[in-house]
Amino acid sequence: MGRYVVRRLLQMIPVFIGATLLIFLMVNVMGDPIAGLCGERACDPATAAQLKKEFGLDKPVWQQYLTYMGNVFTGDFGTAFNGQPVTELMSTAFPVTIRLTVVAILFEIVIGITLGVVTGLRRGRPVDTGVLLATLVVISVPTFVTGLLLQLLLGVEWGWIKPSVSPDATFGELIVPGLVLASVSLAYVTRLTRTSIAENKRSDYVRTAVAKGLPRHRVITRHLLRNSLIPVVTFIGTDIGALMGGAIVTERIFNIHGVGYQLYQGILRQNTQTVVGFVTVLVLVFLVANLLVDLLYAVLDPRIRYA
Amino acid sequence: MRSATHARGAACAVVVALAATACGGGGSGGGGGGESGVLSSSWGDPQNPLEPSNTNEVQGGKVLDMIFRGLKKYDPKTGKATDMLAQKIDTSDSQNFTITLKDGWTFSNGEKVTAKSFVDAWNYGASLKNNQKNAYFFGYIQGYDKVHPDSGSQSADTLSGLKVVDDSTFTVALNQKFSSFPDTLGYAAFAPLPQSFFTDHAGWLKQPVGDGPYSIESYTKGSQMALKKWDGYPGADKAQNAGVTLKVYTDNDTAYTDLIAGNLDLVDDVPASQLKNVKNDLGDRYINTPAGIIQTLAFPYYDSAWNKSGSEKVRTGLSMAINRKQITDTIFQNTRTPATDWTSPVLGTAGGFKEGLCGSACDYDPAQAKKLIQEGGGLPGGQLKITYNADTGSHRMWVDAVCNSINNALGNDKACVGNPIGTFADFRNQIGQHKMTGPFRAGWQMDYPLIQNFLQPLYYTNASSNDGKWSNKDFDKLVDQANAQTDTAKAVSTFQQAEGVVRDNMAAIPLWYQNGSAGYSARLSNVALNPFSVPVYNEIKVS
Repeated sequence: MGRYVVRRLLQMIPVFIGATLLIFLMVNVMGDPIAGLCGERACDPATAAQLKKEFGLDKPVWQQYLTYMGNVFTGDFGTAFNGQPVTELMSTAFPVTIRLTVVAILFEIVIGITLGVVTGLRRGRPVDTGVLLATLVVISVPTFVTGLLLQLLLGVEWGWIKPSVSPDATFGELIVPGLVLASVSLAYVTRLTRTSIAENKRSDYVRTAVAKGLPRHRVITRHLLRNSLIPVVTFIGTDIGALMGGAIVTERIFNIHGVGYQLYQGILRQNTQTVVGFVTVLVLVFLVANLLVDLLYAVLDPRIRYA
Repeated sequence: MRSATHARGAACAVVVALAATACGGGGSGGGGGGESGVLSSSWGDPQNPLEPSNTNEVQGGKVLDMIFRGLKKYDPKTGKATDMLAQKIDTSDSQNFTITLKDGWTFSNGEKVTAKSFVDAWNYGASLKNNQKNAYFFGYIQGYDKVHPDSGSQSADTLSGLKVVDDSTFTVALNQKFSSFPDTLGYAAFAPLPQSFFTDHAGWLKQPVGDGPYSIESYTKGSQMALKKWDGYPGADKAQNAGVTLKVYTDNDTAYTDLIAGNLDLVDDVPASQLKNVKNDLGDRYINTPAGIIQTLAFPYYDSAWNKSGSEKVRTGLSMAINRKQITDTIFQNTRTPATDWTSPVLGTAGGFKEGLCGSACDYDPAQAKKLIQEGGGLPGGQLKITYNADTGSHRMWVDAVCNSINNALGNDKACVGNPIGTFADFRNQIGQHKMTGPFRAGWQMDYPLIQNFLQPLYYTNASSNDGKWSNKDFDKLVDQANAQTDTAKAVSTFQQAEGVVRDNMAAIPLWYQNGSAGYSARLSNVALNPFSVPVYNEIKVS
C-alpha cells in the first residue's frame, strides 16, 4: 500500500511539470499582456519596458518558465497586474470554491445516490421512468440555462434567495449555486448508481444475504450498495477537479468570487501569473483526488489490493 | 418552447424539494444596503492599483472621484472646469503658471493639503521608476524628459518645472505654450496625495486616503469597498447620503438582476441585452445621457495602400456608405447617437462641439459612396477587413452591421468582413505592432472635457494615441497655434479648423457618440451621470 502511494506520488511529478508547461506556453501564445493595460491607448514605451521588466516578460519564455517554477517551489506564485500577490488571490478564492464544491458533491452523493438506489430497486416502475426522464432533461439542458432560470424564479419572481452571493459566500447562500453546479453530474450519478444496483441485485451474494434472513435495509446498505459504488466513486472523484475548475459559468451567474472568477479575469487580462498559478493548484487537486479514489477502491472492495 | 417548459418543470421540482431546507434564508432585508442612507452600487475590479496617476479606467476612476478632489472639478452637468482647491491659477504667457490653494482643506486623516501635497504627487506620477500609466499627463511640464525618458533610466527624480513657493502656492513651468492647461487639472491624475502615501505605500493601497467627500471604511480587494460620508469634508459638494457600498460584479447581467430583485441600488452600465426590457423593468428610473466617448474607425497609414493620393476619397466613400442612424436605432436602442463631428456633445458648443461639422461626408448616401470609392481607386486589396476585439462590448454586432451597410451600398456581398481578435490585450498588441491591414475599431473616452483632448492625442503626428500614425502638417500647425492661443473662444475655433483638416482627409471615420446609462432602485433620487459616465455619487439622495 505504502509503496503504491509513493509510486503514484512520483508519477505525479512529470504530469505536474507537463501540465504547468503547457498552460504557461498557451498563455504566452496569446501575446503581450502589457498592451492591454493602458486602455484604448498605447502604453508609452518607457513605462511598457519598465512593466515588462518588473513582471519578467522581457526574458525568453524558457527562462520565464524556469524562474516561475523556481518561485513556485518556494511558495511564491508571482503578482497579479493589480498589485496583489497571487497567493493572496488564492487564499480568498479557494475557500469559496471549495465550499461551493462541497455543497455540489453533497448534492451528488445524497440526492444522486438515493435516487439511484430507489430507481435501481424499482426498475421499470413509474418512479424509475419518472426519474430517468428527469435526469435526461437535466443532462440535456446546459448549466447556464438552469442557473439563469433558477436565479430568475427564486431570486426575482419569488424572492426566496438573493440573486447574487455576497462576498462572504456562506454555505447557506451557496445551496442554489451548488445545486446548479451539481445538476448534470447529479443526473449521471443517479444513472450510474441505478445501473450498478440493478445489475448487482441479481448477484449470488445478494441472494445469499436475503436467504440468510438479513433485514432488507442491511442487505441493501452493506452488501448491495457497497459493491455497487465503485463506478460511482470513480465518477465523483474525478468530478471534484472538474467542479472546481468548471465553476466559471456558475460563478459568473451568481457573482461568486471564487476560482472561476479569478481564472476568467486572469484570462481576459492575459495575466500569466494568475492563470498558471490557479491552474497549477487545480492540477494538483485533480491528481490528489484521483489517488484518493484509487485508494477508496480497496476500502469498498476488499478483493482489490495494492502492492 | 416545449423543452423550456420541461426544464422549468424539472427545475421547480428540485427546488420544491429543497425549499424546506434551504431557501428560507433569503428574502429578508429587501432593500439594497443594510444601513439606512447607504446605497449599494455595481462595480468592477480595478485593473491597476488604486493610485491616482495609475488609474486609467472607469472602475478605479469611480473610487477616485469619491475620495479625491483636485485643483479643479468638472461640473457634473456642463463639464466645465471650476475651481475646487485652487484659489486662483495665474499666467501671463500660457506657459508659466502660479497656482494658489484655498485655505482649510485637509485629507480625511487630518493632514493639511499643501502645495507640497500636489508637487510630491505629480513628481511621483511622472517618475518612470513608479510605473504610473498616466505619467504622460505630466508630459507638458518642464523636466519630464529627464524624469521619464523614452528609453534608458531617468536622470532626475523630480520635475524641474514644479516649485513650491510656500504652503499654499506653487509654480508650474511648461515646456510649451498650453493655454487650456488649467482646465486639464480636474483629471484624477493631478490629485494631491497625503504623506502616508509615500511613507507607508502598501498600507495606503490597502485603504486609500484622500481629500474628497467620502472616506474608505473598508476595502476587500476583488469583492467590495465600503465608503462612508466624511463629515469633516470642507468642500461645498458634500455627500447627500451616508455612504456608498461598491460591489464587484463579474457580469453586468447579474448586477441588473440584483437591481430588479431589490438587492442592489444602482447599476451604472445597463447591459446591451437588457436594453429592450429596461423601460418595462424600471420606467423612469433609467437614465441614458451623453458621455464623452466617441467611436471611430481608424486607418493604418503605415500601410501604403491606405496612404496614397485618392485614398481619402475611398475613406470618405466608406463613411458615406455607413447607415449610422439605422445601426444606433436597432442595435444600440438609441444609447448611441450618430456622430457628425470628431468630438462629443458633452463639450457643448462653447467647448468646441460642432454638430454637422462632418457635413455630407457623414450622411448616408450609398450612390455617392460607390462613386467616391471607385474614383479613389477602389478598396485596397479588393476587400475591407474591420478589425476589432471580440471579448467585450457588443463590437461584433455593430461591426457586422457596418459591413452589411457597406456591402449593400457597394452591391458586393464580400466587400467588407469583420476580423475579430480574441482579447483586448492582443488587439492592442497588434495595433501597437502596426499589423493592421484595414480599418480598426477605435474608441476614445475623454480624459478631460476639452476639444484639445479629442484631437491632439489622436491625430497629432506621433501623438500617444495616434494608432494609425496619421500625420498632417496643416493639422499639427493649427493645433500648435490653438494651444498657444490665450483667448479660449479663439483657441476653440482654431481647434475646429484643425478638425476641418481631419474631415477633409477623413483621417478616421466618426461613427457615433456613446451614452452612459444607469438604472436605480426606488430608494434613490437625484441620480445623474457625469460626462465621464460615472454616477455623481455625492448628490444621490437615499430615502
